[in-house]
Amino acid sequence: MKVEATIGKNMQPLLRVENLVKRYAKQSLAGTPEEFLALDGVSFTVFPGTTLAVVGESGSGKSTLAACLACLESPTAGSIWFAGREIAKLEERASRQIRPQIQVIFQDPASSLNPRWSVMEVLAEPLILQRKFTREEIDRGISSLLERVGLSPDIVERSPTELSGGQRQRLAIARALALEPKLLILDEALSALDCSVQAQIANLLVELQGSLEMTYLFITHDLAMAAHLADEIAVMDRGRIVEQGQAQKILKQPEQETTRQLLAAVPRLTLVPPLLEQ
Amino acid sequence: MIAILEIQDLHVSYRSSGGGLCPALTSVSFGLMPGEIMGVLGESGSGKSTLAGSLVRLLPANARITRGAVQFEGTDLLRANADELRQIRGRRISLIFQEPSLALHPTMRVGEQVRQVLAAHDSLGKGALNEQTRQVFDQVFPEEPDRISHSYPHQLSGGQRQRVLIAQAIACGPSVVIADEPTASLDPTTQMEILGVFRNLREKLGLAMIFITHNPALLCGFADRVLVLYAGKVAECGSAETVLASPRHPYTKALFHSIPTVFDRPGNTRKTKLPAILGDSARSLPIRGCPFEPRCTEKMDICKEREPAAVNLSASHTVSCFKYES
Amino acid sequence: MRYLLRRLGHALLLLAGVSVLTFLFTALAPGTYFDEMRMNPQIAPETIAALRAQYGLDKPLPLRYASWLSSLVHGEMGFSFAYNSPVAPLLLVRAGNTLLLTITSTLLAWAIALPLGTWSAERMGRLPDRLLSWGTAMLLVIPDLALALGLLVLAVRSGWFPTGGMASVGFETLSPFNKLRDVALHMILPVTALVLSTLPLLFRHVRAAIADILDAPFLLAALGHGIPKRTLLYRYALPAAANPLISLFGFSIGMLLSGSLLIEVVMSWPGLGPLLLEAILARDLYVVIGGILFSTFFLVGGNLFADLLLYWADPRIRTESNAQ
Repeated sequence: MKVEATIGKNMQPLLRVENLVKRYAKQSLAGTPEEFLALDGVSFTVFPGTTLAVVGESGSGKSTLAACLACLESPTAGSIWFAGREIAKLEERASRQIRPQIQVIFQDPASSLNPRWSVMEVLAEPLILQRKFTREEIDRGISSLLERVGLSPDIVERSPTELSGGQRQRLAIARALALEPKLLILDEALSALDCSVQAQIANLLVELQGSLEMTYLFITHDLAMAAHLADEIAVMDRGRIVEQGQAQKILKQPEQETTRQLLAAVPRLTLVPPLLEQ
Repeated sequence: MIAILEIQDLHVSYRSSGGGLCPALTSVSFGLMPGEIMGVLGESGSGKSTLAGSLVRLLPANARITRGAVQFEGTDLLRANADELRQIRGRRISLIFQEPSLALHPTMRVGEQVRQVLAAHDSLGKGALNEQTRQVFDQVFPEEPDRISHSYPHQLSGGQRQRVLIAQAIACGPSVVIADEPTASLDPTTQMEILGVFRNLREKLGLAMIFITHNPALLCGFADRVLVLYAGKVAECGSAETVLASPRHPYTKALFHSIPTVFDRPGNTRKTKLPAILGDSARSLPIRGCPFEPRCTEKMDICKEREPAAVNLSASHTVSCFKYES
Repeated sequence: MRYLLRRLGHALLLLAGVSVLTFLFTALAPGTYFDEMRMNPQIAPETIAALRAQYGLDKPLPLRYASWLSSLVHGEMGFSFAYNSPVAPLLLVRAGNTLLLTITSTLLAWAIALPLGTWSAERMGRLPDRLLSWGTAMLLVIPDLALALGLLVLAVRSGWFPTGGMASVGFETLSPFNKLRDVALHMILPVTALVLSTLPLLFRHVRAAIADILDAPFLLAALGHGIPKRTLLYRYALPAAANPLISLFGFSIGMLLSGSLLIEVVMSWPGLGPLLLEAILARDLYVVIGGILFSTFFLVGGNLFADLLLYWADPRIRTESNAQ
C-alpha cells in the first residue's frame, strides 16, 4: 500500500490540517444571532503522491474545507500546514508564492473559464504570469499541456463554451497543471459529467498521479469513485470528520452510521456480472 | 396490453445558426405501457432531453420535428393544436425537469405553484382548489404539508424542492409522467429517497413513467424497461433485467464497464484504469454508417458503410448492431 | 424590518446632506435678494443693512443654518423675502399640485408600460413589437420641451383642452364634481406630456426585463404544466422580472418630478416649478432651499417606497436581510 510505504519512509506530509474551524455568523428568522459551524475541528494529513477522498452530503462542510485549503476562505481557528509552512496565517506576499502550488478544479469548469478567451489564451495566461518563458516556450508549453490532458491541438482557437463537458474539465486540469502545483483539490470535479466521461477523467487523474507524483484531495459525494481513486477516505458529517481510514477498510467495515448510509445510497449496477471476459 | 403512449418513427432536428439541420433524434419508436417505468439511458448529446421535450412539444425555438407521431389517448400530440396541447400538459402528461432549484418560480410560495397547476386544468371554486392542493401536499410531504406549502423555494432543501416538482406533476392525476434527470443534482441519500417516492407513486397511482438519466445504476431495480440512446438513435431496448444484466450493444456494454466497480468486487486494485470509452461523445459523428463505429471496440468493415437496423434478440429485446444480424 | 430601518436611516441622512449642500451652494452663489435694492438710490444703505440683519443674512453660515433648522422644526423653513411670509405654507400648496401631476403621471405611465412591455416582449421581433420599439425610439429622441410645446400647439389649434393653469375662471363657484372635472381637464395636457416623456424608457425596460426572463427554466416548467399563456406572462413572468423594474419605479418618480418642474413652467401649472424658477431669479434664498429640499424629499420618498415594494415582493430579500 502506498500510504504505508510513504509513512514507512518517514516522509513529510504535504498537507497537514489541524483542528480547523470555520464559523459563520448568521441570524435566525427571529433575529437572534446564531452561529453556524461549517467546520468543527477537522484534522488530517495527506502525503505526497497520494489521494485523500473527503466524502459527505451537501452541507457536511466538505466544500468549506476546500475553500479554506485553497485560501478562498480564511478559517476561524486551526492551522493548515502545506509543505512545511503554515498557510492559514501567511502574509499576502508569501501566500502568493504558495497559492499556485494548490490548484482547485470545480464541478463546473465553465464558471471558472472566461468564455471570451480561446483555449490558447486560457492556457497561456498562467504561463505568461510566471514571467520566465519566451514566446516559443509558451507555445511549446501549451502543446505539451494539451497533450498531457489528452486534448487535440486543433481546439486551441475555440472558446471554452464550444467544448464538451469532458473537454472543459480536461482544459481546467491543463490550466491548473500549467502552474506546476503540488496539490490538486478536486471539488466535485467529476460529478457533473456523464459516466463514460467520468471514467476518462478518472483515468487521466490516475495517469497524472503516476507521472507527476501529484497529490489529490478528492472532494465528492460519490463513494464509488472515491473508493476507486483514493488511498484514504475521510467521511464528513456536519462539519466533522466522523470516520477516516484506508479506502478498502471504509468500504468493507464502515464503523459509523453516516458512512453506512452513504454506502447504502450508492446506486449499483448489481445485475452486471463480473467483467472478466473483457 | 395496449401502449398508453406510442412514439412512432420520431425525427427531430435543430436548425443551426448557419441554417443547416442537425439531427437530434432519428427514427425513435417505442411504446409505453400503462403503469410502466421506462428508463431512457443516454449521455449528453444523445438526444434524451430532446426526446422529453418533443413528446409534449416543448422544444427550443430552433427545433423541428420533421417526422413521426406520438399517439396518446387517441390524439397525435405532434399534430395537436396549441390549446389541446395545453390541456394535456400537466393534466394527462406531466413533466419533471432536471434542476429543481431552477424549475420553481423563485418568488411564489410553493403551495401557490401547485395550486396554479390545479387551477389551470380545473375550474374549481377557491375552497375546492385549496382543499385539493392540501391533499397533494399531504401525499408528497406527509410530515409537514402546511409548513412546506407556505415556504418559498429558497427556504427548502434540494430534496424538498424535488418533491414540490413531483407534487406539481401529480396534482392533476396524469397517466404519464416524464422525468428528465430528476435526481442529477441531489445527494446520494436524497436521490435514493426521491426514487422511493417515485416507486411509491407508481404503486399508488398507477402512473406510467419515462425516466431519463445518464446513470445506468439508477435504473437498477427501478425501471421495468430500458431504452439506450446513442447519438439520437435507439441503440438497445429491452426489459431492465436483460439490458442491465446482459447488455448486447457494444456501447451499452462499454458504458456499464466504465463505472467503477470497487464495491462489488472485493480485492479490486484501486487506481487501475477504468475501461473508458475512447474518444469524445457524439460530437464527431461519422457521415455514414453506425454512429458508434469510431469509438467501438468491436467494429467490423460493414459498420462504416451503412447503419445497422434493429435486430430482435427476443420478443422484448432489440439491438441495433451488425454483430447480431444473421 | 432591519432592512427597512436601515433604508429609512439612509433616507434621513441623505435629506440632511442635501440641506447642508443646498445651503452652501446658495450661499456661495453670487448676489442676494437685496442686491437689486442696493442699485436703487431711494433706499438708504442703512435700511438694506437693517433688512439683512433682520433676516440674519449678516451672520456666519453655520449660524444661519442652525436658525434655519430651528425654523424648520417650527414648520416655517425660513422666510421668503419676495412673498414676505414663511416658506413652508407657501411650498406646501405648490408641492401638493406638483405631487398631483407627478403621481398621476407615474401611475399612468406604469399602467401603460407594464402590460404593453410584457405584451411586446412575448412578440419579440414580430411586427407589433418592431413598430412599438420604433415608435418609442422616436419618442425617446424628442426633447421634453419640444413635446410639451407640440402638445400646447395642438391644444390651442383644436381648442379641446385648456392650455394652461390648473383651474378655469370662476372655479370657486363650481360644484364639487365639476371642480374635479375642471382640474382633470386641466391635467390632461401636462400629464400627457409627462407620460409621453417617460413611457419610452419604462416600456423598453419592461420589455427587456420580461424578454430576459422568458427563457427561464421555471417558465418552461410552467408551460409544461399547462399554465395558460396569460397567467404565465402576468402571474409568473412579470413578478419574476419585477426587481429591476421596482428599482426603476423609484427612479422614475424622480425623473417625472424633474420633468414635471419643466412642464409646469411651460404649461403654467401652479406647482413647485414656476415658484422655484421665480425664486432662483429673485434670489429668494429660503424658497430655493425649501423647493430643492421638497423635491429631494419626494425623490427619497419614492425610492424608499420602491425599497418597501422590493421587500414586499421578493421573499429572498426578506430572508437575506434577516440573516445578516
